[in-house]
Amino acid sequence: MDKIFLKLENIKKTFGGVQALKSVGLEIRAGEIHCLAGENGCGKSTLIKVISGAHDPTAGSIYIEGEKIEKLTPIDSIRKGIQVIYQDFAVFPNLTVAENIAMNHALLTGTKAMNWKKSRELAIQAMEQIGAHMDPDVLVERLSIANKQMVAICRAIINDAKLLILDEPTTALTQKEVSMLNTIIRNLKDKGMAIVIVNHKLDEIYEIADRLTILRNGENVATGPIGEFDRKRFIKCMTGRDVEEVYYRPEDSREVILKVENLTRKGSFEQVSFDLKKGEVLGITGLLGSGRGELGDALFGIAPAGEGKITLNGKEVTIRSIEDAMKARIAYVPEDRLTQGLFLDCSIQENTVAASIQKYLKKGRLNYKEMYEATQNWIQKIGCNAKSPKPLIRTLSGGNAQKMVIAKWLNTNPALLVLNGPTVGVDIGSKADIHKILRELAEQGVGIIVISDDVSELIQNCSKILIMKNGKTAGSISSRELDETKLSRLLTSEEETV
Amino acid sequence: MKDRIKRGLATNEMIVVYIILALCILIGIVNPAFASASTVVSLLRSMLVTLIFAAFEMMVIISGGIDVSFPAVASFAMYATAMIMNGAGLNSIVLAFIIAIVIGMLFGFLNSVLVARLGIPPLIATLGVSSVANGATLAFLGSKEINKLPESFGNLSKVFIYEYVGESGITYQLTALILIPVVIYIGLWILLKYTMLGRGIYAVGGDKNAARIAGFRVVFIQSFVYILAGALAGVGGVTYMILMRQAHPQVLMGTEMMVIAAVVMGGTRITGGHGSISGTILGVTLIALIQNNLIMLGVPTYAQTFVVGLLIVVGTSITSLRTKKIQNSVKI
Repeated sequence: MDKIFLKLENIKKTFGGVQALKSVGLEIRAGEIHCLAGENGCGKSTLIKVISGAHDPTAGSIYIEGEKIEKLTPIDSIRKGIQVIYQDFAVFPNLTVAENIAMNHALLTGTKAMNWKKSRELAIQAMEQIGAHMDPDVLVERLSIANKQMVAICRAIINDAKLLILDEPTTALTQKEVSMLNTIIRNLKDKGMAIVIVNHKLDEIYEIADRLTILRNGENVATGPIGEFDRKRFIKCMTGRDVEEVYYRPEDSREVILKVENLTRKGSFEQVSFDLKKGEVLGITGLLGSGRGELGDALFGIAPAGEGKITLNGKEVTIRSIEDAMKARIAYVPEDRLTQGLFLDCSIQENTVAASIQKYLKKGRLNYKEMYEATQNWIQKIGCNAKSPKPLIRTLSGGNAQKMVIAKWLNTNPALLVLNGPTVGVDIGSKADIHKILRELAEQGVGIIVISDDVSELIQNCSKILIMKNGKTAGSISSRELDETKLSRLLTSEEETV
Repeated sequence: MKDRIKRGLATNEMIVVYIILALCILIGIVNPAFASASTVVSLLRSMLVTLIFAAFEMMVIISGGIDVSFPAVASFAMYATAMIMNGAGLNSIVLAFIIAIVIGMLFGFLNSVLVARLGIPPLIATLGVSSVANGATLAFLGSKEINKLPESFGNLSKVFIYEYVGESGITYQLTALILIPVVIYIGLWILLKYTMLGRGIYAVGGDKNAARIAGFRVVFIQSFVYILAGALAGVGGVTYMILMRQAHPQVLMGTEMMVIAAVVMGGTRITGGHGSISGTILGVTLIALIQNNLIMLGVPTYAQTFVVGLLIVVGTSITSLRTKKIQNSVKI
């Protein structure tokens, strides 16, 4: 049996009267990759903050390498070899790669002088260790997200890290970058480092984890080797209910809802053509920069296409602006919910009626009662766990907020609903709910387009998948012929057409 | 290597150098007398105090803040020092600087409490302190200029490190006070480049939260920056008084725009995190050149404010466009 590096027993943490952690135990062994999974708000972040010394637990004990720690401060935690890489990496965009990597080391050893030569050496050494290749003199603001992450990892390992905690490391990475990251993590593991990865994407967890701990509502539900968890048990542990992974495969229909021909926007995408039949959910995918997002923006008139023809329900429509798109009954759930999809400081009700406010304007006055009722109606219909339409929308979790973004557009009674990354940052339970809603809408005859890079989401929900590469359609495939590995291979392959 | 040279020729500093050269050629064509040692001497004299102000303003902006209170603080320190020295019959230059530095540090401390501890936006905080300092000068100290200053001040202003007799027999003399900004710039260069405290200033300006996580003492660093800025504002005030041989409660007011313009023209990003000593010196040179010589190009005096304003707008636009370009460029 491997050496246990970190052991937590009966950790409790309360904030005010709220119990964030109810009694959590965790055992991390040296040389293992341990995944910490759970839905949003299950206490993962609080637990990490306890380990990093940022939060003092209300009760419970912490053992590091067998030694009981009475009080763990952030600096103690670092001195014991615990390093956390946060979601935003906490790197300095205005400093060079070398300085970013070496800075924590200098701070830790308490040096007062800045030694440029030594920084550079340390940085190169660290990069060699993980096999990263970056110019040490380049400013971090010029790096891609994946490389910024490499900087953060380098910075962590030069401080003799024995336990590396990565908080949702793959959120912003492409498939290719994820597999590179996995290689690096496995290398570190082979060197005897303990690694904790916080994640809630099933596929990625199966790919990398040795052992798994699942948290729900501040308690650990299950822990054990990854082999003991099949998908069904995993999902059940995460959500506390049985979530069926259904595959949406509607019968073929002849009725075309949307026909797009030779759509072009210079610099974004060229000659894109596809059609969407009644009952279908169309998936559009591609790597970052393939033009998938831009295509969505163009359909909704945010950055309209210059050339091409769009026919919706048999009528040709010209989309030059968002107004045109809304007039044509097109709705769009944007990629970034927080900045584009929500008015964070407005109530759920105000958000829900935002796109359809005209409906409630009667004789120059807004009918608040009707708005309230409509919102309440949607909350129930869409399965949002809000208690009333009154609270601010920012009080909702990611999944529930996204449901309300969808409700806002459904309230406009759309003919075509385009969703860009519909379940980014959404937990499994809500994700399944959202998928169910989309399928039901498709069955009712609303055209649904899902733009996503989540392979399993695409396979499960879309009957047809359009793959984009470098702004062109590389092909469109019926998902009956696909599985997840095949689709990811198609996505990352070099060939221009599939 | 070729790449490195190419990159080196396109830095912010080099762009300012090109503008300065172009301007010099232009002025030189209009007025051939421009190309002489006398130009350098008078330019350096007019840059002297601005250089001191620009030094710490750059540091404050790098840390992610801004200080618009320094003209008022420098005026207060200058005026109060003159009154104390005269009132007590003191004659020591060193003592004058110490008094001014202490006064400046007190105002800097006030800034630091507002910005670092209370979290008030730096522009608002220092604008308030500016008003307090200037109001205090006028209300409690006086509003008339003081022309009778300790003897040692007059003596120091007559020490020159370089003298030059022009063809027409006029003597141009470079005051020894120019050594003050030289010392400040060397000190600041070492601080910013070779100490962890200095790198901390950059780190805080780059990402305050990341700096906190990395283990920098953010409040301490911010406080240090504002207190040092206050101290140097005091130095600037006394230097101005010795150079001009008078203490005036209002004369420095309104210079903040020009100083910020110089700093920003020199490549310091107004959003924090970026800035260099050489860039700042170049920025000050450019502004001084414009102020001294626009009249030769036929630009009337009252249009100079307009030109300086235009420079700020163009300068900040260039830096923010460059930032945007970097953000949108292909990442490596």
